[in-house]
Amino acid sequence: MAEQRVSYTLDSTLETVDSAEEKATNIATELGFGEDEVMQISMAVREGTVNAVLHGNAYDPHKKVTLAFERKSEELVITIRDQGKGLDLSKIPNPLAPENLLKTSGRGIFLMRSFMDVVEIRPSKTGTELKLIKHVHGTSAGGKEASQ
Amino acid sequence: MSMKISSRQVDGVTIVDCSGRITLGEGSVMLRDSVRELLAKGQKKIVLNLADVNYIDSSGIGELVSAFTTAKNQGGELKLLNLTKKVHDLLQITKLYTVFDVKEDETAAVKAFK
Repeated sequence: MAEQRVSYTLDSTLETVDSAEEKATNIATELGFGEDEVMQISMAVREGTVNAVLHGNAYDPHKKVTLAFERKSEELVITIRDQGKGLDLSKIPNPLAPENLLKTSGRGIFLMRSFMDVVEIRPSKTGTELKLIKHVHGTSAGGKEASQ
Repeated sequence: MSMKISSRQVDGVTIVDCSGRITLGEGSVMLRDSVRELLAKGQKKIVLNLADVNYIDSSGIGELVSAFTTAKNQGGELKLLNLTKKVHDLLQITKLYTVFDVKEDETAAVKAFK
């Protein structure tokens, strides 16, 4: 796979979420990922973009979401940045804990971790940067996280 | 494909046939409104038929949980029917599969209500 990078600057809207998912589906398919992996990548991008649009930028029309896909020799690297207040990872509850099972939200990051090989979340003063990596021949079980 | 919902009655049980995507936005709102409308009308035995739901995100999962708990809190009962593999797998990894009463056969789902 030839190395290539493409990035988009997107509005903080629900349409952006669908658009990001569609872009991820197309790129993952072009790169030859299998059907299940394409679904996992597109869902991880969807969840990451939802977090950027809703929780990061809070639908603020003046704030943008940047989405980048980088094709490397053995992996697909996806970066999603927002311009929000930043994310406090310590306040994100475990959605699998019995007391949280019936909560109606809080599963987005868990799904990303489940579907991607690497999930990095870097809060900053200018927002949050989320990096999602899927290895071409990697396993998707139990995404590793390297935060900060 | 956006979401479509229709409902029908079978032996006192409301079968809600869903198709398309249950995702943040329209899909989740439609499901929420449909379930709340049924409960408001006193139709408290509800089966969500998800046979034609080909995609669900974390918001959609949250909406299923909300429908389940809302029905329960109002003295009703909500079951899931005909999960696609994708939805089944998502409920497995989120540990919700055993929370919901999941059926694979409509007749059995209807009979399962007390």
